[in-house]
Amino acid sequence: MSTCPIPALAQADTWPENAAMPTPADLLRTWLGAQPWLDAQLTRIAAGDERTLFLALGQAGRKVGRAPLASDAAAALTARADWNPTGWSADQAARSLLVLALPSGEATRWLATLDRCFHAATVEELVALYQTLPLWPHPALLAPRAAEGVRNAMTPVFAAVALDNPFAAEQLTNEAVNQLVLKAFFNGLDSSRIVGLRRRLNPDLGRMLAHYARERRLASRPVDPLLPPLARACGADCPD
Amino acid sequence: MPSPETRNLNPETLHLIDPHVHMSARTTDDYEAMRAAGVRAVIEPAFWLGQPRTRVGSFEDYFASLVGWERFRAGQFGMRHYCTIGLNSKEANDERLAAEVLEILPLWVGKDGVVAIGEIGFDDQTAAEEKAFRAQLELAKQVDLPVMIHTPHRDKGRGTTRSMDICLEHGLPPARVIVDHNTEETVAETLERGFWAAFTLYPRTKMGSERMVEVVRRFGCERIIVDSSADWGVSDPLAVPKTARLMLERGIPRAHVETTCYRNAIAAYALDESDWLDPPPIDQRLLFCGNKVLRGQTPVVPPAQRAVE
Repeated sequence: MSTCPIPALAQADTWPENAAMPTPADLLRTWLGAQPWLDAQLTRIAAGDERTLFLALGQAGRKVGRAPLASDAAAALTARADWNPTGWSADQAARSLLVLALPSGEATRWLATLDRCFHAATVEELVALYQTLPLWPHPALLAPRAAEGVRNAMTPVFAAVALDNPFAAEQLTNEAVNQLVLKAFFNGLDSSRIVGLRRRLNPDLGRMLAHYARERRLASRPVDPLLPPLARACGADCPD
Repeated sequence: MPSPETRNLNPETLHLIDPHVHMSARTTDDYEAMRAAGVRAVIEPAFWLGQPRTRVGSFEDYFASLVGWERFRAGQFGMRHYCTIGLNSKEANDERLAAEVLEILPLWVGKDGVVAIGEIGFDDQTAAEEKAFRAQLELAKQVDLPVMIHTPHRDKGRGTTRSMDICLEHGLPPARVIVDHNTEETVAETLERGFWAAFTLYPRTKMGSERMVEVVRRFGCERIIVDSSADWGVSDPLAVPKTARLMLERGIPRAHVETTCYRNAIAAYALDESDWLDPPPIDQRLLFCGNKVLRGQTPVVPPAQRAVE
């Protein structure tokens, strides 16, 4: 995943068996089974054909179908820490593979092309693109994109960044993580699915959560039972 | 809430489609009223926004909202949303900008939910409009999508004939072309030549529900489509339900009402009825009837509220 050749070489020298380990892309491709259309697109995109990428992202649902993906949770965790593709559909896996095939050597150009994909994406495509966040190289370059996903007004798109996705806790600033957690509660989502949240608890988050709980109580609205314990874990005073 | 005029329609038994309505310009009340009156799906054609755009980025953001946000917003109200993508005739007259817009269209036309190239055709019937029209007919052939034609408000007869001539010249089968904004004067030729004849029901001018009833009585239901074209102007998003009700009251056979206000749109735009009648239990598109997104959690706020938060 590293762009710097020296640590990559060092890693290969130290753990040669790692070279044979399947990558997340290898796994996604295996789980999809025979896909001649997809393979043809992947070859062209890997050669730098951006127009093929733009068209194929739109067509993937009709070409590959939308059946649940036959994924393997244990293999996924071995290929990428905290990666959980359970619940992905075939079109999401295909779209993920399409963008993963794009050459990433020239980071600036790669990012500009990804930005065009995001900008022209439908809701389904956005979900697949944001689910791909933990699988791309150059994670630091993608942090602003993830923060943009947290701001998205379409719940499924927000959920693709916020839930079952290790990228946010690994890369986002405290400010963005705090917004993500608050927004998850706001949207009635299951906060226990925010990956790595325990590592990102901070006093500001505690204050925001406690304030939100008070606001809900004053309006006689129910408070998510997961909220007060989380606020207290951040050091805030927040009764159940 | 359904208005008194639409309450008599039983939405459980008569499904309707509004195959030309600019929902981006409408409120959530409209979605609720349309849904209550039996409208199950809408098609939102790309068009102009009341004033000319000056940059290609404005078109990109507009197309993005048609395939993204508006489709999601509609789903929150139980409405399946499709769109058409195209450069409208008015803005085709800014030739520099038109060239830029035509260049980006391939980025959008392959998307889920895009059911046609449109609305395209003539406004002032200029050479620039014709050039953009022809280029988009070729694009429609390439991506195998039907075409929605906007016929001009001025010099309508000539513009309608010319639009159909040009479609045939480019080898498009009439069965793949929906000619919209017909009147009593243009419908005979449109139908005779084998095209779909759509009618936009405007509250005050041009076609109204009363006249529409007479058109169906005279021409039957084959290849005739009813729509509202409701937008930010004086228009009625309930035009299709109201016309359907009037047709029933005036003795048009129920089968003809269903054909003109529902079935023909499905056939012309190759829609999949199961999209709204039988959505998949785990809808990976997560678009339709917002509770799906909660994946079994109890909703804390109602779907309508979540859509705006």
